[in-house]
Amino acid sequence: MDNKTIAAISTAQGEGGIGVIRISGDDAQKIADRVFKNINGKKLCDMKGYTAAFGNVFQNGEKLDEAVALVFREPNSYTGENVVELSCHGGIYITKQVLRAVIEAGAVPAQAGEFTKRAFLNGKTDLTEAESVMDIISAKSRSAARAAMCVKEGALRKRVNSVKDDLLVLTAHLSAWADYPEEDIAEVDDEMILSVCEKAENELESMLSTYDSGQAVKQGIDTVIAGRPNVGKSTLMNLLSGYEKSIVTDIPGTTRDIVEDTVVAGNVILRLSDTAGLRNTDDKVEKIGVDRAKKRLEQCGLLLAVFDYSRELTQDDLNLLEASVNVPSIAVVNKKELIAKLDINKIKSKISNIIYISAITGDGRDELISKIEEIAGTQNLNPSEGILANERQRSNVSNALNSVIEAKNALNMGLTYDAVTVSLEDAISELLEMTGEKTSEEVIDRVFHNFCVGK
Amino acid sequence: MKYFAGEYDVAVIGAGHAGIEAALAAARLGCKTAVFTINMDAVGNCPCNPSIGGTAKGHLVRELDALGGEMGKTADECFLQSRMLNRGKGPAVHSLRAQIDRRKYSDTMKHKLELQPNLELRQAEITDIEACEGGYKITTQMLAEYKCKTVVIATGTFLGGKIYVGEVSYESGPDGMFPATKFAQSLKKLGLPLRRFKTGTPARVLRRSIDFSGLEVQKGDEPPLPFSYETESLGENKVDCHISWTNDKTKQVILENIHRSPMYSGKIEGVGPRYCPSFEDKIMRFKDKPRHQLFIEPCGENTEEMYLQGMSSSLPEEVQLKFYKTIKGLENCVIMRPAYAIEYDCVDPTAMKPTLEFKSIPCLFGAGQFNGSSGYEEAAAQGFVAGVNAALKVLGRQPLVLTRSNSYIGTLIDDLVTKGANEPYRMMTSRSEYRLVLRQDNADERLTPIGYELGLISEERYKKFLHKQEIKRAEINRLKNTSIAPSEKLNELLVSRETAPLTTGIREYTLLKRPQLDYAVILEFDENAPDLPNDIIEQIEIEIKYEGYIQKQQKQVEQVKKLESKSLPSDFDYKEINGLRLEAQEKLNKIKPLNIGQASRISGVSPADISVLLIWLAAKKGN
Repeated sequence: MDNKTIAAISTAQGEGGIGVIRISGDDAQKIADRVFKNINGKKLCDMKGYTAAFGNVFQNGEKLDEAVALVFREPNSYTGENVVELSCHGGIYITKQVLRAVIEAGAVPAQAGEFTKRAFLNGKTDLTEAESVMDIISAKSRSAARAAMCVKEGALRKRVNSVKDDLLVLTAHLSAWADYPEEDIAEVDDEMILSVCEKAENELESMLSTYDSGQAVKQGIDTVIAGRPNVGKSTLMNLLSGYEKSIVTDIPGTTRDIVEDTVVAGNVILRLSDTAGLRNTDDKVEKIGVDRAKKRLEQCGLLLAVFDYSRELTQDDLNLLEASVNVPSIAVVNKKELIAKLDINKIKSKISNIIYISAITGDGRDELISKIEEIAGTQNLNPSEGILANERQRSNVSNALNSVIEAKNALNMGLTYDAVTVSLEDAISELLEMTGEKTSEEVIDRVFHNFCVGK
Repeated sequence: MKYFAGEYDVAVIGAGHAGIEAALAAARLGCKTAVFTINMDAVGNCPCNPSIGGTAKGHLVRELDALGGEMGKTADECFLQSRMLNRGKGPAVHSLRAQIDRRKYSDTMKHKLELQPNLELRQAEITDIEACEGGYKITTQMLAEYKCKTVVIATGTFLGGKIYVGEVSYESGPDGMFPATKFAQSLKKLGLPLRRFKTGTPARVLRRSIDFSGLEVQKGDEPPLPFSYETESLGENKVDCHISWTNDKTKQVILENIHRSPMYSGKIEGVGPRYCPSFEDKIMRFKDKPRHQLFIEPCGENTEEMYLQGMSSSLPEEVQLKFYKTIKGLENCVIMRPAYAIEYDCVDPTAMKPTLEFKSIPCLFGAGQFNGSSGYEEAAAQGFVAGVNAALKVLGRQPLVLTRSNSYIGTLIDDLVTKGANEPYRMMTSRSEYRLVLRQDNADERLTPIGYELGLISEERYKKFLHKQEIKRAEINRLKNTSIAPSEKLNELLVSRETAPLTTGIREYTLLKRPQLDYAVILEFDENAPDLPNDIIEQIEIEIKYEGYIQKQQKQVEQVKKLESKSLPSDFDYKEINGLRLEAQEKLNKIKPLNIGQASRISGVSPADISVLLIWLAAKKGN
């Protein structure tokens, strides 16, 4: 429809493998440059088509992942536009974070079937395929419409509507006040506008802040259980999942590969990887396991670092502590039923969340779960409150929030109410878009409903 | 027996505000034009309020003037009092309104029609219209038959008009004129989707029966500002208006007599406007409101009739008198004309294109209340567009389509033809998404080039316009390139205006961005600042202070323009596109949008449907 630069995850949203975020549009390279830093310093903007770069993806100055960026130049790309594809290490959590970083850098979430549509409009697809392209789009839009219906009827709708209604009432008041200057309509003042804006701002911010926890509830958190061999990782995994999954023995190196399972811990879904221990080994097979474990650890959403209460910290333990600094972590001190030998202060200096458990007896499980909930931010999250379901909704809420803040700023700068009203209307139309409605008459209907105006 | 009475390029049926603009524009474009009125003394009549303009309506008048229309100039010539509404609420909502002398307005407009070359003004009721080779044959009640290449219908409330005052009702046009009773039948035969709308007006009371002593006075602005870019000055305001309030007793009278209202007893089936409610509507819908405001406005300089704005009613005359008399100042009022409600035939405007030509009936155009709008200004704006397009059609030129992004007129028409009207449509600033760009101060910048291109703006006026634009641009550039140094005196002033003092030099442009400051500051501290007229200074201030907002809206405008450049066919069955949802197919078939932009505004057409349309268009082009 327009030349906005769009972005979406273009690989199937499953586990493992590589996750590709595709950015397409005039500013694809410019936007990608805002999140991707090439190892050799060269900007994607300065690169030719059909070239690749290796580097890191950042969000707000923090490194998210390593990535390969493929640069395509119009018209030689899938869509026929400028395209950048960022291939990350996969894992839904990381891929989504990268997509979000790209959207925050100026891209718009792609509509259902939009890449295909653009490809077609730019002549990249044979004209005889027009029918099938239209079918794809209508099929995709039907499923998108079903998603919108969920918003329409669900708890999220209530939440969105309550903000929208407040903004509508205010905007209708401002409109009535502007369109009927000689009617006896209560004056609008700064305080009134500010109080509505601030309330909306808080609510929208809270919706955004629960987005991640909502995702944790819905999609699960990539969780790695790590620790040196035989510290009790497999037992912990079994404790959390409730049945025997890993092979539990007391021979170091028993767990050779990443074993995955999905468990519900309180109100959080954890996608657990029980890893091979981080030990220096000469066994080739075990080494592969250890390397994968390390890699996995760097990318996870939650690290459960397991330590043995009855032994002194080893070099492997210290390595793990060092690695834990970059990810949300809980130090799980196992075998608490035994006599203490480890130096707990060394752990405290790196990980502030410490839980003592006995994986054998099950002691400490509840504490561990409530700590996990706390870290996931889901402790006070009530899924029936309505949480944002996807990146598109997040982008609507985030745009609405920006417009509300813009209205507030205009007011604080001393600009007139007509400018303030325009920003408020932008916020309303973003929120209406979430439920698939159009703006046109909403404000005007409200004017006549709420005010007795007219000659 | 019918007789053949003549041939015209453009025939305009009705000489109200829509008909006048349509006829003048068509004649000025060189078409042989006739305008028919049921009563020669009803040309340009103002059967409701004696004022022109107001919020958003003021924009329409300025835009019309910028295009070469007549309403603004005549309102200036007949002005009694003028006010710029919404000063202090921001430039987007500044709106000019003038009280006018309604008889003088009517006479002035009639005389202009009479003097206009190519134009014939005739008194006749049109009773029949039928299609014929090369256009239409229209017949008067005197059995004169005219052959016309194009016809503009601007029948206002005359078409099937019926007046209601309490239990009394009778067929009538406005202000006691004859209605047009037969014409509607003939239009139905042509296939026009007609329906009933309703509007109303308050009573006129005798000036000396009003006690003004305790009432609030409302004066005009000094100096009063004109509508027309060609009016140099207006002189002084000639009249005052007054404000009074209803009270508990007024409400009591209404509640006791509401069963006698034809609206509430179900006698009127027409749909009335929410924004122009009768007083009994206000009482019934807002029961908790203790009092309602009314304005007492003079109808002219040579009459003692006073208009009671806010007090329209369809209650019986005796009840009207009773409730008016409860109002302060009106205790002894004498009603000269009672309030009434009027029901009339009008068309579903979605049957028209944005050119105001009927989609399925070529060379037939509609304008004004007939199209489902309300208000003199809305009517005039449409009349102009319909008249211009009727003429362009005869001349074989490209039609004029004004857009949402260049005008309120375009917004008004787009709303009517794309969304339709469930009640008489009134313009409001809230209806324009681009209102920081579509201001009343820059109507000339937006539309005078279009009016010039059409041939309705004189060479002299256009040169003056270009000169004004040049002065403005030059001064904005100068402000961007000129620095102002901090001084004790300047900083004193900045502090007194509650804005930060300067520590280093600053561009004048940047300084003017501060909402607390105006151009007067530049004049005071920069001896090189030119002496500019007020309207240019105002525009410079607005463009600098609202730059960010204006740019943002202009970007949106650019995006919409791209969509509007993608034309859709006018005769095509959207059911043939399988990818479209059923609802979208039906809506698109009904509206037949001119382009993707218009299609995207139809309710029931989703973004995915638009994607499908784009692909279909591309595929079609490719084949």
